[in-house]
Amino acid sequence: METYLGEKQQASQWSPYINNGGSCLAVAGDDFAVIASDTRMSLGYSIKTRYSTKYLKITEKCSIVSSGMQADIFTLHKVLKSRAQIYEQKHGKPMSTDAVAKLVSRLLYYRRFFPYYTFNIVAGIDDEGVGCVFSYDAIGTLERVKYSASGSGSSLIEPVLDNQVALKNRNDIKKEDFKLTKEYAIDLVKDAITSAGERDIYTGDFVEISVIDINGTHEEKFELRFD
Amino acid sequence: MQKGGFNFDLYQRNVELIEKNNYKVPKTTKTGTTIVGVVFSDGVVLGADTRATSGPIVADPNCEKIHKISDYIWCAGAGTAADTENTTGMISLQLELLSLSTGRSPRVRTALTLLKNFLFRYHGYISAALVLGGVDFTGPHLHMIHPHGSTSTLPYISMGSGSLAAMAVLETGYNSKMGEEDAKSLVHQAILSGILNDLGSGGNVDLCVIKHKSMEFFRNVDTTNSKRKFRKKLPYMFKSGSTKILEKEIEEKMRKMEIVNEKESQIEELEEL
Repeated sequence: METYLGEKQQASQWSPYINNGGSCLAVAGDDFAVIASDTRMSLGYSIKTRYSTKYLKITEKCSIVSSGMQADIFTLHKVLKSRAQIYEQKHGKPMSTDAVAKLVSRLLYYRRFFPYYTFNIVAGIDDEGVGCVFSYDAIGTLERVKYSASGSGSSLIEPVLDNQVALKNRNDIKKEDFKLTKEYAIDLVKDAITSAGERDIYTGDFVEISVIDINGTHEEKFELRFD
Repeated sequence: MQKGGFNFDLYQRNVELIEKNNYKVPKTTKTGTTIVGVVFSDGVVLGADTRATSGPIVADPNCEKIHKISDYIWCAGAGTAADTENTTGMISLQLELLSLSTGRSPRVRTALTLLKNFLFRYHGYISAALVLGGVDFTGPHLHMIHPHGSTSTLPYISMGSGSLAAMAVLETGYNSKMGEEDAKSLVHQAILSGILNDLGSGGNVDLCVIKHKSMEFFRNVDTTNSKRKFRKKLPYMFKSGSTKILEKEIEEKMRKMEIVNEKESQIEELEEL
């Protein structure tokens, strides 16, 4: 369709995807992992609900958080939960974190030509008891990392983690001298997502944060800004 | 031959850049916003939130959206921040000059006419949606002005992305026999509704109560929603040396000062005149 000035206007096409906003992050330590996500579900400039969970505990040693489209997050988590249950019943033991990570990757790639609009992060303890974080793209590219952030606030959170966890662009402290303790990681994760809540309009309301270590998973919830 | 107004010379180039070169249009700072005005028995109450957004990011968590047009005529603005600030600033200037040349105190309807004529000339390209309120010698007045230049005169108004949330509160709580405290409380609730339910609005509540020859501005009257709920106990510490120093250049300050004797004597001559 051309206007009188000669420029073409693109007719807006129907899309099966919507973005419900929200931020997720995870940090891995030597023997623990911290994983967190906010709970706000938005559409455009409205809040659909202040509490809609983006977090799923898959096993005592492994959890997943996802951001993106709530419908796809819900379905993916449902499928993942049932697959983990089937595995446990078949093999007589819960899935290892590495196996969960691979499963998520395969489930996502299975939908290569009509992807789940989800940006996932899996975190937990691996078979050796070392903390691990796996980050994905929408079609299942798998990468094991020390920390990751996804969602609308990811560009606000990732640089903070780069500087405070990976010690990038810092000459005052050396990697050998730095030990990431559990308390430090929890505080950092809480602070980072709170800061994202200050400046990102899609992040807010509540945060579900969980700490995974050899003893299991400890879940907590705290408040963010409601505006 | 172009005498002021906007320069559209780069329009075609920009259109091509966007289509062919995948150029990303820079985002403007908008004031997402919830702005509200209510008329009560003795005057007008204006209210606004304080969040300015640039896309999905909060550019300013505590900006001022209620602008002064004259002592007892104030205007809350929604839309593009630059547009609301400059438009209200310009009309404020024009109104002052006008009131000085006519020798009369300014009227709200004069500000209204100046604003609507200005915005109409720009056919909506100046994205300023305003709630104009004030008390002049003819009484209290409240108007809404749309970016294309249309206006309405109403007893209660809400504009901006949070206008629906605010209007829901206004429609529920408004009655024509309200006093000052009721009106203030209603405006406060309406803005809060916008802050909590609209993502483009947030921060604190600003109120402005205008009565005959009296104006009270309540900046940040309600800050309960803008408090940070968690702060890390240990501060972020960067010892000196964290940032690598690549080059050092030290300029002596004295070298920049030059005392020119000739200029001093010129000033003395002017003073004698």
